[in-house]
Amino acid sequence: MNFAVTDIGAVLPEVIVAVYACAILLIEPFLPKGRQEVLAYFGFAALGVAFYGTWNLMRTDLTVMNGMFVLDPFGNFFKLLLYVAAAMTILLSMEYLKREGIDRGEYYAFVLLATCGMMILVSASDLIMVFLGLELMSIPFYILAGFKRFEEKSLEAAAKYFILGSFSSGILLFGISLLYGLSGTTNLQALALHLRGAELQNPAWILAMILLVVGFGFKIAAVPFHMWTPDVYEGAPTPVTAFLSVGSKAASFAVFLRVFIEALGGIQSDWRFLLIFLSVVTIVLGNVVALVQTNIKRMLAYSSIAHAGYAMIGLIVGDSLGIFSLMIYMLIYAFMTLGAFGVVMLLRREGVEGDEIRDFAGLARKDRLTAFAMLIFMFSLAGIPPTAGFVAKFYIFMAAVNAHLTWLVVLGVVFTAVSAYFYLRVVMVMYMKEPDEAVQLSAPPGVVMVLAVAAAVVLLLGIYPSPFLDYAQEAVLKLR
Amino acid sequence: MVPLSYYVILSTMVFVIGVIGVLIRRNIIVILLSIELMLNAANINFVAFSHYLQNINGQVFVFFVLTVAAAEVVVGLAIIIALYRGKATVHIENINLMKG
Amino acid sequence: MVIGVDFVWLIPAFPLLAVLINGLVGHRLSERAVSVTAVGSVGLSFLVASATLVQVIADPAPAVTALFTWIPGGDLVVEFNALIDPLTAVMMMVITGVGFLIHAYSIGYMHGDSGYARYFTYLNLFTVSMLILVMGGNYLVMFIGWEGVGLCSYLLIGFWYERTSAIKAGTKAFVVNRIGDAGFLVGLFLIFARFGSLNYSDVFSRAGELSTATATAITLCLFIGAIGKSAQLPLYTWLPDAMEGPTPVSALIHAATMVTAGVYMVVRNHVLFDMAPLSLQTVAVIGAATALFSATIGLVQYDIKRVLAYSTVSQLGYMFLACGVGAYASAIFHLVTHAFFKALLFMSAGSVIHAMGGEQDMRKMGGLAKHLPKTATVFIIGAIAIAGIPPLAGFWSKDEILGAAFKHGAPVLWFMGLTAAAMTSFYMFRQVYMTFYGSARMDHDVEHHLHESPNVMIYPLIVLAALSLLGGLLLGFPPEEGWIHRFLGPVTGAQAVPAGRQEAHAIGAIDYILMGLSVAVALAGWMTARQIYLKKPETAGALASRFATAHSVLYNKYWVDELYDATVVEPSKGLGRVANRFDDRIIDGIVNAVGNLTQAGAALSTGFEKYMIYGLLNITGYANHIAAAILRKIQSGQVHHYAALLVIGIFILVNLYLWFFDNTTVALLLSRLSLNGGN
Repeated sequence: MNFAVTDIGAVLPEVIVAVYACAILLIEPFLPKGRQEVLAYFGFAALGVAFYGTWNLMRTDLTVMNGMFVLDPFGNFFKLLLYVAAAMTILLSMEYLKREGIDRGEYYAFVLLATCGMMILVSASDLIMVFLGLELMSIPFYILAGFKRFEEKSLEAAAKYFILGSFSSGILLFGISLLYGLSGTTNLQALALHLRGAELQNPAWILAMILLVVGFGFKIAAVPFHMWTPDVYEGAPTPVTAFLSVGSKAASFAVFLRVFIEALGGIQSDWRFLLIFLSVVTIVLGNVVALVQTNIKRMLAYSSIAHAGYAMIGLIVGDSLGIFSLMIYMLIYAFMTLGAFGVVMLLRREGVEGDEIRDFAGLARKDRLTAFAMLIFMFSLAGIPPTAGFVAKFYIFMAAVNAHLTWLVVLGVVFTAVSAYFYLRVVMVMYMKEPDEAVQLSAPPGVVMVLAVAAAVVLLLGIYPSPFLDYAQEAVLKLR
Repeated sequence: MVPLSYYVILSTMVFVIGVIGVLIRRNIIVILLSIELMLNAANINFVAFSHYLQNINGQVFVFFVLTVAAAEVVVGLAIIIALYRGKATVHIENINLMKG
Repeated sequence: MVIGVDFVWLIPAFPLLAVLINGLVGHRLSERAVSVTAVGSVGLSFLVASATLVQVIADPAPAVTALFTWIPGGDLVVEFNALIDPLTAVMMMVITGVGFLIHAYSIGYMHGDSGYARYFTYLNLFTVSMLILVMGGNYLVMFIGWEGVGLCSYLLIGFWYERTSAIKAGTKAFVVNRIGDAGFLVGLFLIFARFGSLNYSDVFSRAGELSTATATAITLCLFIGAIGKSAQLPLYTWLPDAMEGPTPVSALIHAATMVTAGVYMVVRNHVLFDMAPLSLQTVAVIGAATALFSATIGLVQYDIKRVLAYSTVSQLGYMFLACGVGAYASAIFHLVTHAFFKALLFMSAGSVIHAMGGEQDMRKMGGLAKHLPKTATVFIIGAIAIAGIPPLAGFWSKDEILGAAFKHGAPVLWFMGLTAAAMTSFYMFRQVYMTFYGSARMDHDVEHHLHESPNVMIYPLIVLAALSLLGGLLLGFPPEEGWIHRFLGPVTGAQAVPAGRQEAHAIGAIDYILMGLSVAVALAGWMTARQIYLKKPETAGALASRFATAHSVLYNKYWVDELYDATVVEPSKGLGRVANRFDDRIIDGIVNAVGNLTQAGAALSTGFEKYMIYGLLNITGYANHIAAAILRKIQSGQVHHYAALLVIGIFILVNLYLWFFDNTTVALLLSRLSLNGGN
């Protein structure tokens, strides 16, 4: 048991984020009401410093804390993505909280704590850390989902997310305990060693593996563990929904991949077809049910379910191209989803929820640029070139073709065609319907910034993705 | 010495009771208790395995699980209270504003 | 190539620049500035494309130029590159040349529209996408263009979004196209799986490695894409609806360029198609069936643009028929001539609509020739060209396709094509007579306001009319040996000639017979149309009766030789009597029979369209919606239901696992699926 100072250096970004979160909680009572948005800048500062730290540690590759925590380019890639997602969430929130009358400083603390949980999740190299990271991510999300605490929908979302989230945590934990009993270790590398060349005699292995699939499947919203998604997405405050669908999903995919490829890679043949099954039903159900949604947040929820199905293909393939495509998919998915939710937020105004698809009527007349940004996000989500969404799907399908899963690609492509219908409906409503009333949209600078960045990245990644891809590729080579 | 399988059978029974509790009970507080049962079923496993394998990791895990469970309960109760303020009920069938 | 080909990037760059200018600040610019930017950019592109053409003529070897590395990544590097060869050069000339004329025409047509800048932005964006589609040096770049044109088509069909029908038509076009695109994308992945590359040069040079089965799978997938984009059976329904867009759009996108993308793609991939006889057969059969099928529908339409739309579908069918029988150069030849005369027909129809104040129903037209002499003249030239009457453009290309089909050993397809040719001629002249001749059936108010279109609209028509007149002779004479065939030779290879016909390169008797038959059916179609639409009592009048006399003269010239032969011993009085009786009974009988037949055929085919095609589409739609509705029910809002489903999910996974590992057959099947699915 040795403890080196370098270990602290390796976890410094996590420490910084956690310390800032605590600092926000401490400062919050001393700030007068209405001045709470100062704390948002604390949040930016935390994320900025952490970003700088991770950027500097980017190419390091070491395992610290007795094998509990791993610092590698794969994790750092996701961390950088999480910082950006969290910062964009805060940008989206600042004006929103004030308008909703819920501008409490602890909001930013919870966002940072959830971010910290995700960071631990993507760097976890031990099942203890996986569980802790998962809970540190989930518990702030339970609170954030119910942050509009005078609104029944928000509370209902919090309650549903809490019950189902801790239920799935219980299932995951039971699976972990079985794994521990079978292998005598909770360390991912040690598990991998244990499994190398081993025959699975004990059926408890299978049960443990399936329970892990359920636990992670819940977090990434894979069918049939997706049921919480539409309700929580609809009820939660919109910036929280955005963060939930981006950050939580990306971090969960990262840990899903690390546990299943790194630790359980030896029994890939045993879990592969289970995931194929999940992926197929997820793609089908997500796209089909999205067809009939009238609420844009619910539609985006089903869309995010469907995207989880596509991203799972990268996990199923599991080779370096598969991992790489999954990383790219998460990166691109993050920006287009954040952008789409940002537009949804702009429509919120006095007396109107603004999250029904018909509220988009005539948006192109009222606000050309916002409508155009939404058009880009919708086309990207539908996977139409030259937007980034196409590049993402292209890589996923390419990886599957390489792994001789062509039939899965055919299915995915067909349902991509189906998905065009409901994404296009939003565009149609925006561009081709008359606005119901003459209303002026308010455009808070934070939201505008998010939209601009997201739209620019989606277009840039669609047209000239090389720089991002190079880095992601390097990260994968390190992981394998 | 009590064989390991007894512990595993016990923990599985507790886990299943917890799952069934979540599925059939309608009071959110009871559901919360059932979830605690599930977590503690895992704890029984950890302690039993830890002893059986002569490996301390499992018991360390238990401490963390206990802490996390406490945090979870705190947040859960807070949500339940907020819910009760709005609806004057903690009956789970009454919270279904959002569906479809 | 002596000079570098990098400058070809200028061709899409000019319109792209115009898109940026008009898209960002267009709504602040005057109409004049917008149109100068938009039209000028396409004009510049045309000049550069011409320079490229000159260079390609000098050196037809394919040249590849890469702009940047688009997708880097391990096994697969995709460059954003262009492939310049004769096929690309021809396509670029059509897109920029015809495109330029249509852009210029739009200046007049769209004058005063509130979405003037928006219109030209979309139109230029379309030009960019279409150029990328034909210039791309690999499948992925082509796919960008492929999706891009679909997107622009959607935006332009729904351009007048005040009309609900326009929105519906736009959405329908896009969704139907996406079905085709899915097929294309699957084909693309299959190609990658097999070759590990998406560059044309790599794929075509190694095409020989393909097994017939793989080649068939790939080409059928690609062909699904072509079916969607080029509106073939059974995915053609969107094209007639697409006529909701402004008429120049119909001319550019839904006649001259975009819908021919499928043909271009098949020709581009002919190396792969040649390896899959089954695919070629499918292409030929679908092409011929579409040609005939949509021609029957065209017979009874009253909307001036719908007739042209069905005619476009039909002509595209000819192009696929040509591809299917291996006459790739003929397909491109027909593509080019069709671009000339169909753009001409659409835009002169647009001129008519313009003059009629938006009226598209031919039953409310008539006698327009005296009000719109220039429009009428160019329209008739277009009609003669499409009808396949020599020496206008359509004759050469269409006859070549029919000849190729016949000589390929597919007399049934040839006969289908020939029948469709007769119908083409019939409905085109029916349109001519209903629109430009006969009595005027419009309101006095409309008639009073009839005016010839402004010159900016007429000049492009004159240029296209000249091309329709002479294009066939210049490009494709003598048949199968013309300039375009020799020029495209390096790409399409020698015309895929069945064994044993090599020596018959010179035009033989069979060619003359086929040619004669083509002309005969075209003329027959014309005559029938004239008979029905000018001779019927409803359209009687001074003009009609004069034409009826003219007709009977013409008629006697046509049949008289045989009559004389048959009645050589009859006295001249008897001759006159027989001729009269023939005129009264047999001609009327034929005319009525043709009329009834076409009515019945058209009713049948519209019925087929209404109940079968739409039915199928609707069933798919309903099925999706029903499935969605059922699945929504599961989402009950009750947390314990959700938790229960989660637990059920665990059971499903456990059972799946047990089932999978206990049942060896299933295991074998699944492992084959996941291991050998690629081949």
